[in-house]
Amino acid sequence: MIHSGLLLLQRDHLGGRVAKAGRPPLADKLFKVGTTLAGVYVLAIIAIMVMHLGSESWPIWEEEGVAGFITGTDWNAVEDRESFGALPYILGTLITSAIAMTIALPLSIGIAMFVMIVPKRIGQPMGYLIELLEAVPSVVYGLWGLFVFRIYFRDLVEKPLHDAFGDSIFLFSGTPFGLDVLSASIILAIMIIPTISAVSREVMLAVPHQQKEAAYMLGSTTWEMFKLAVFPYSKAGLIGAAILGLGRAIGETMAVTMLIGNTIGAAAMPQSLFHPSQTMSSIIANEFIEASPASIHMPALIGVGLVLLLVAMLVNIIAHYIVTRMLRVREGAIRN
Amino acid sequence: MMSTTVPVSGARSDGSDDKRARYKMVAENVSVHYGDYLAVRNVSLKFPENSVTALIGPSGCGKTTFLRCLNRMHDMTPGSRVEGRVMIDETDLYDSSIDPIYHRRKVGMVFQKPNPFPTMSIYDNVVAGVKLNGVRDSEILNEIVEDCLKMAYLWDEVRDDLKKPAIELSGGQQQRLCIARALAIQPEVLLMDEPASALDPIATQKIEETIKDLSSEYCIIIVTHNMQQAVRCSDYTAFMYVGDLVESGKTYDLFHNPKNELTAKYVEGQFG
Amino acid sequence: MSGTDSSAPTRSAGRDARVARRAEIRAMFKSNVKSRLTVDRVMLGVITACAITAIIPLFWILGQLVVGGLPALNWEFLTGEPGAVGAGSINVGPAIQGTIIIIGLSSLIGIPLGIGAGIYLSEVGSSRMAKQIRFFLDVFMEIPSIVLGLFAFLAIVLLLGHFSIWAGAFALSLIMFPIVARATEEQLKMVPWTYREAATALGLTNAAIAFRIVLATAKRGLLTGILLSISRIGGETAPLIMTILGSSQFFSSLDAPMDALPLRIWRFSLLPYEDARLAGWGAALVLVVIILAIHVGVRYYFQGRGGSGSGSGGLAARNTQKVNWSIGGRQNR
Repeated sequence: MIHSGLLLLQRDHLGGRVAKAGRPPLADKLFKVGTTLAGVYVLAIIAIMVMHLGSESWPIWEEEGVAGFITGTDWNAVEDRESFGALPYILGTLITSAIAMTIALPLSIGIAMFVMIVPKRIGQPMGYLIELLEAVPSVVYGLWGLFVFRIYFRDLVEKPLHDAFGDSIFLFSGTPFGLDVLSASIILAIMIIPTISAVSREVMLAVPHQQKEAAYMLGSTTWEMFKLAVFPYSKAGLIGAAILGLGRAIGETMAVTMLIGNTIGAAAMPQSLFHPSQTMSSIIANEFIEASPASIHMPALIGVGLVLLLVAMLVNIIAHYIVTRMLRVREGAIRN
Repeated sequence: MMSTTVPVSGARSDGSDDKRARYKMVAENVSVHYGDYLAVRNVSLKFPENSVTALIGPSGCGKTTFLRCLNRMHDMTPGSRVEGRVMIDETDLYDSSIDPIYHRRKVGMVFQKPNPFPTMSIYDNVVAGVKLNGVRDSEILNEIVEDCLKMAYLWDEVRDDLKKPAIELSGGQQQRLCIARALAIQPEVLLMDEPASALDPIATQKIEETIKDLSSEYCIIIVTHNMQQAVRCSDYTAFMYVGDLVESGKTYDLFHNPKNELTAKYVEGQFG
Repeated sequence: MSGTDSSAPTRSAGRDARVARRAEIRAMFKSNVKSRLTVDRVMLGVITACAITAIIPLFWILGQLVVGGLPALNWEFLTGEPGAVGAGSINVGPAIQGTIIIIGLSSLIGIPLGIGAGIYLSEVGSSRMAKQIRFFLDVFMEIPSIVLGLFAFLAIVLLLGHFSIWAGAFALSLIMFPIVARATEEQLKMVPWTYREAATALGLTNAAIAFRIVLATAKRGLLTGILLSISRIGGETAPLIMTILGSSQFFSSLDAPMDALPLRIWRFSLLPYEDARLAGWGAALVLVVIILAIHVGVRYYFQGRGGSGSGSGGLAARNTQKVNWSIGGRQNR
């Protein structure tokens, strides 16, 4: 190995770059400083970002109080009657993301299993296609959702559900227009499936093959093998995958903005699946440009952004912790 | 380099004289390919009931590969291909019309590295295979757990913590748990792939005692590269070298009176 | 194997009883293999259905883009000045130009920073520091892009007093650099230590080692990461809303508002006109073709190398190809 390394050096890379002994290699110092700065950049950005969002949203915290802003439902930008509360959007974000995750998780685990057990020539292309699903820009999902999917979904799913259960179950109340909590959640689910399925697949692949052999030895079918060996072993990782998907859903903006109906204030409180609502990211996308920096409308939106940032970071830190822990244990789990 | 004739004595399986199943398992002309690579070449071997057969040979000789054939463990390896027949009692393991699950009920297997289900309790590990077979009666399950753990010499150590996760056991205990788990499906054949190679001498001794005790009740096939171990616990021994079966016979004969020069060199420790 | 004739002697007293009891227990086993295999097949059906369900939207969207967008496409549409909406001719020339400029500019900021951070993680930083930074990079990668847009607005737009390409490029570079950093790190990790040892033994400086040898060896994978991060930022809309704002003019200055394809698609979707919708599909088709071309190109060109550093984030993308699912070990071979 070393030998081949040397050959490579001599052939391609050696032209006079050898440091002269005794001379402090200036290039080396610059290199170290430069890369260290690049490495620390992310820490600086996070710190400055939190500070900036905090200070620029200060007026709203002062005006409404932290609790008041987070639990308030008013949203009034009219001069002299300004009043802002973020609760409907916080709930809108959490509820659409939770529904999306609930839909996407079983599907994604199914996809991950499919890719794992079918022959490579089927599984690999399927994996690529799922990856492409992730490459499609959010705004294109939104366009498709708004002009195509919504129409079919409203007529084929929402209206029948509403007709059947609208009076009895509150979830299905409200006249469906297709611009509502449920359709936004479904688009979100489609968008987070690639994330969840990729991570699920990875944590399931991390199950040692000895575990799978043990299950097969006992006479398991493939499905029983998953139940005996794979799911228990990768449970934590699968939960992490789900939370990671939740984090993606929480931050997703454009597709949701185009499908959720964009009501504001108390009307945006998610009341049923067929009720239009608003999320933290969509209210920012919708109103930011029109907000006047002079009023507290803009601080209110920045405040929403700060809440969104903190929620998303919290969720992702949890997911990150769970998944990396799971992947780190892989082999080490069996002592010997 | 080898021109080995297969030294299986006795009539071929198409003859009727052996049909009374003195032999629990019979491998006939088994070859294993990994892609283009021939890992096991045309091996025929018979495994008598109620005795221990050891497969020995230097590493890479194909003994583990051959052992895995006896439970169709290669089915999940992409690119591998098994030729030949493996008869267990009257049926061919490789009969494509029969799912391997049917055969795996008769064949228990213990792997090189202890592989209990780490999140399950000791109890659940033992009964995992039993439950697959639809047995739910807790009395029966309790009986099986106690019996199998006793047979694996683990009962005394864990009888009070059956609910403890298997992961908390030591390596040797884990391996004995794996033996108990394999015994719990009430197999007739027990395959063991270097079951003691990852263990310390004391744990190894316990495993060997278990094997000796079980030998009167099961057809046990054990892969080992430890010749002393083969001498200590097997009744029959087969020596393999680079994919070929070189020689097989009673353990005593093979070690003290080898017919093949290569076998002689190997058992004398001239290579390995 | 030569057989024996004597049936094995009973070594312990309970042997026959045990053998008999085992036979009894074995008889209690249910003959349930068939039904279990049926369940197995049903589950295979279910997971196949999952996989198919998940890719239906992909084909539906692509089909719709072609059907809806192809009629809009012509040279004028791609390069022309935007006309008045509702008057028949809408073009996306500035949007395409803007997308190219903004990708170029954010790459200029994001790629060097990303490569630098990646080298730091893999070659320079202490392992404790690298671990912390890696963690924050992974968290940063998942920060909602609209929040990054807000930050770029506060940090640059407010500072300069107007919307500008700079602000947009800064926001997108924030999305880009952690992806590039993690891709760089992953690639560098794959370079064998012996290369580094050999180079050190020759007295090469760290800088020379990292740039000359390690990066040269890892450049293919690195390029993959960079291309995928470009395809990711090319489709970003949210952070552009409050940074480059949108414009109907061709490029005049980096210090001025600009248009971009995704932003334009969103604006089209808000308009109630038929020709705006057509233009929206056309623009979306152009955008998706560019992005998928990058993806498919990377996939084909670097076949078998693609996994790491994709825009999907470090966690998901790592290792996917190294691990073999097969349960049959070749460990004894």
